[in-house]
Amino acid sequence: MQVYEIKKDIFWVGAVDWLVRDFHGYSTYRGSTYNAYLMLGEKNVLFDTVKHNLCSDLVHRIRTVIDPEKIDYIVVNHVEMDHTGSLPKIVEMVKPEKIICSKMGHKNLLSHFHKPDWPYHIIENNESIPVGNRTIQFMETRMLHWPDSMFSYIPEEKLLISQDGFGQHLGTSERFDDEVDLSELMYQAKKYYANILYLYSPQVRKLLDHVAEIGLEVDMIAPDHGVIWRTHIDKILQAYRDWSSHKAAKKALVVYDTMWHSTEMMAKAVADGIESTGTSMQLLDLSVNHRSDVMAELLDAKGICLGCPTLNNGLLPRMAGYLMYMKGLRPARKLGAAFGSFGWSGESVKHMNKAMEEMKFELIHEGIKVKYVPTHDDLKKCWELGKLMGEKVKEAVDNQ
Amino acid sequence: MKKYRCSVCGYIYDPENGDPDNGVEPGTDFEKVPDDWTCPICGASKDQFEPAD
Repeated sequence: MQVYEIKKDIFWVGAVDWLVRDFHGYSTYRGSTYNAYLMLGEKNVLFDTVKHNLCSDLVHRIRTVIDPEKIDYIVVNHVEMDHTGSLPKIVEMVKPEKIICSKMGHKNLLSHFHKPDWPYHIIENNESIPVGNRTIQFMETRMLHWPDSMFSYIPEEKLLISQDGFGQHLGTSERFDDEVDLSELMYQAKKYYANILYLYSPQVRKLLDHVAEIGLEVDMIAPDHGVIWRTHIDKILQAYRDWSSHKAAKKALVVYDTMWHSTEMMAKAVADGIESTGTSMQLLDLSVNHRSDVMAELLDAKGICLGCPTLNNGLLPRMAGYLMYMKGLRPARKLGAAFGSFGWSGESVKHMNKAMEEMKFELIHEGIKVKYVPTHDDLKKCWELGKLMGEKVKEAVDNQ
Repeated sequence: MKKYRCSVCGYIYDPENGDPDNGVEPGTDFEKVPDDWTCPICGASKDQFEPAD
């Protein structure tokens, strides 16, 4: 099996998941990878494993390098099952001297695999473990994005093994950032941030500040998903700084769902109004745009106009689902407005406004409701709403 | 006694239980919890807690 020596005696031994298209509700059109790394030395160390169904890929790759039984330590940087699913089999096969994890990692491993007799070695934050002529320094990154998460840093190699941080769901035959299309890579990194890390932006900022403060020297960032960063490290770090500080572009989204195309007509008018101001706009119908793709676009948008008709005094389920999903990811500092058609009661705008208020979005308008089918005048009002959004976005971005 | 929620991870501090693993006895009001105490789940500082309703 193909392995990649990413640094001297450090090998990528992970798995490429060419099949996954739905990653717990996140659309992964390009598949993904579960990266695991094997470092040879006085002690042989395996960093993370892979999803359970790809365990044999991992085992055969390890075997290409060394007999798995020669692995001494297994480091668990993150307990989520796409990285630990193979752990029970690997532990049985390897019989490691130590399973190295954080305090929360220990608790969470127990809650996943119910194996109190595994040889856990709980490390403290910033603790180092020498392995021959190299060192592994552990840095807890709690809630980036689970309580157990940590980074492993090999100072002698300037290598940061960053588990889900800086990851991308991008399944490729290439292993490095300079071997794939950069715009695709940055888009996948952005989508990952928007759907996995967005809500922990304050922790991301803190971590970036801490890394800068201690002057951590890094010339390779090896995440647990996607390609390894070695050429575009500055670019991804800058992107994380921008995303975590809610830096926005002059961009607004019109996100809607519709029953009999009335709300769609309104959405198009709002969209035209935004366009008229020169603010970049994306018109996203939730029936064809997956919520995780919408989140990727929202990350660097300043404004969002939500459109949904009233169904049975409430929202269409796709919009309700999107609002629930978006709220959990805690977008911040957005401008918002709502619109929608109705037949007799017309609560949808109220529901969308309430959701945006809960997210502390600044509502630029009380919202537009149209009975059944919009008239030309109704559409003019929608256009005006869009124009107002476009102008407000430009003004807010100029002042950010 | 009032419960408090960690705004980072959602952990609830319940004064009835305290956080004995980290030196906070059961029955300790949130106000009496030491300032350098951190969330036992995610490590957030005490000022990141808000009243849970």
